[in-house]
Amino acid sequence: MEPALAVLVGLFFATAFYLILSKKLIRILLGVAIMGNAVNLLIFTAGRLTREVPPIIALDAYTPPAGAANALPQALILTAIVISFSFFAFLLVLAFRAYQDLGTDDTDAMRVAEPVADAGPPQGY
Amino acid sequence: MAASDPHAPAVDLAVAMVTAPSTASDWLIVLPVVVPLVTGAILVMVRHATHLHRPLTALGLALLFGIDLMLLGRVVAEGPLTMMMGAWKPPFGIAFTVDLLGATFATTAAFVALVATATAGPAINTAERRYGFYPFLMLLMTGVTGAFLTGDIFNLYVWFEVLLISSFGLLVLGSEKAQIDGTVKYGLLNLVATTFFLIGVGLLYGTLGTLNMADIAAKARAAGPEAPLVTIAGLFIFAFAMKAAAFPLNFWLPASYHTPTATVSALFAGLLTKVGVYALLKVTVLLLGNQTGAYTDLLVVMAAATMIVGALGAIAGSDLRRILGWLVISGIGSMLIGVAVGSPGALTGSIFYAVQSMLVMTALYLAAGVVEARAGTGDVRRLGGFYAAAPLFSGVVLVLLFAVAGLPPFSGFWPKAILVESSLAVDRPGLAAAVLVSGFLQTLAVGRIWLYVFWRGGPEGTPDGAIDLSGVRVIENPADRVALVGPVIVLTAAVVLIGLVPTAIGGLAEGAASGLLDPAGFTARVLGAPAP
Repeated sequence: MEPALAVLVGLFFATAFYLILSKKLIRILLGVAIMGNAVNLLIFTAGRLTREVPPIIALDAYTPPAGAANALPQALILTAIVISFSFFAFLLVLAFRAYQDLGTDDTDAMRVAEPVADAGPPQGY
Repeated sequence: MAASDPHAPAVDLAVAMVTAPSTASDWLIVLPVVVPLVTGAILVMVRHATHLHRPLTALGLALLFGIDLMLLGRVVAEGPLTMMMGAWKPPFGIAFTVDLLGATFATTAAFVALVATATAGPAINTAERRYGFYPFLMLLMTGVTGAFLTGDIFNLYVWFEVLLISSFGLLVLGSEKAQIDGTVKYGLLNLVATTFFLIGVGLLYGTLGTLNMADIAAKARAAGPEAPLVTIAGLFIFAFAMKAAAFPLNFWLPASYHTPTATVSALFAGLLTKVGVYALLKVTVLLLGNQTGAYTDLLVVMAAATMIVGALGAIAGSDLRRILGWLVISGIGSMLIGVAVGSPGALTGSIFYAVQSMLVMTALYLAAGVVEARAGTGDVRRLGGFYAAAPLFSGVVLVLLFAVAGLPPFSGFWPKAILVESSLAVDRPGLAAAVLVSGFLQTLAVGRIWLYVFWRGGPEGTPDGAIDLSGVRVIENPADRVALVGPVIVLTAAVVLIGLVPTAIGGLAEGAASGLLDPAGFTARVLGAPAP
């Protein structure tokens, strides 16, 4: 199972980076969303994959049965999902606002903070 | 309860949990996070009563600074302290581990935030208060302090996100076009950086099976060559270098730091990049110190390039706060030397530099805010005459500019001297030369700032010897004047004090550096017994 998931994670990352390298804000955001899912799958894969042994400790035992599912990566992923979702929501609103205010979704044309027509530093006193 | 339960498990909880109740002094370890978080929550609840925001924030930050000082005192006396969340025994459960490095950074950050915002009345307009400047500020401090004090690497990621989302809020507050533009770049690039950090955490957990920093430090040194720790260290270096704005990953900083209110710029310049530097020191030196040898040459080149490129950017700039942004980057280069070289001397210099840089850069951005408030522009071509209008303030700014450039006897000189000395000691003359050349270029850059904005009689084109103060507004209300200039003077006093008595901060930095280079001692303190 691990090799297949590893390849899938690689495909997710490749897609995400391809989209993030685009100039258009909306494609960058789609890339960010895919990258968040790629990381979640990566943590899931790295945290050991097992089949159908619930991580429940018997009443008189100290450790779960051998081969039990690892609950920790799932807790990590849950945290990461919440965070990446909220960031995606924020950036989506920000991108829409940028499109409204700056009149473009092309990052090359977003030069308000760093004007192109800057006359350069003063040359004399 | 357990006795009356017929299904009571026949297990001894003491195997996995700390059964002794936490003492009040243990709570000191988490209080620096609790205080700003609770204050932030209260501020959100009273968000309509904007007149309460500033006193409550000042109270919260003063409390935070006091608690941080007490914590620092305890760490100096006793060494690293740990508290486990949920009373799980380490390495299970989330640990809060305070070492000297974290305590020093947290205390400095609280001091800077307290000074910069306690009086920030007139600098923050009513709309910005209504949209939540002060709640965002307190949550930012929660994230920054949490990042400095946590002992769990996934928890560090969570604090990074807490401070990141608060910084988004602060950066975009006011919704000027330039702010939205800057936030798009800041937001996307920082999100990519934290995602890389998370990839590193995931792979590290898959490799070592632990998230506790002390446990990682021990297991990374016991791991065999088949563990892909060098790759993981590379991911961490990429992520934190981007957070710290090291060349060539620095381009989000000059695109965004000059866009928000001066107080916000000042806090970001003082605190946020230093969190990146802190994480870099902690993870690459303390946790994976034996794995980063492959990156030494890369880090040396990065440190030198960051110093030089930052200084050149500062010379080429024409907007006051953008010039300061480049000076922040140049300073990050000096802090990277410790990470690159890893010797006790270089680490001491880097930590010392980071601490004094928090004070100096915050004060300079606040001073730029004063200049912009009086002249209505940050363009150095249209500024001038400030020495004639405000000689005392100009002198204060000159002290700060000298401190940035590393001229004696101000605070920037001592760490730079230590860095040059320790670079030569490990046979890296190129690095020592880079420190000196960048210092020279920084002197040029800050000299230009002072000449244009202060010494010159008026805006560009003013004849020699003439004084043209038509562009410099006088702030009529004396209370506003104190509120704007006061923080700059307090921070400058601290900078001068550090410059004249460098042994106090230098001693802390030396202790923090030796703590970073003693992972076995760190592990023993956190996990109790030496690892079997």
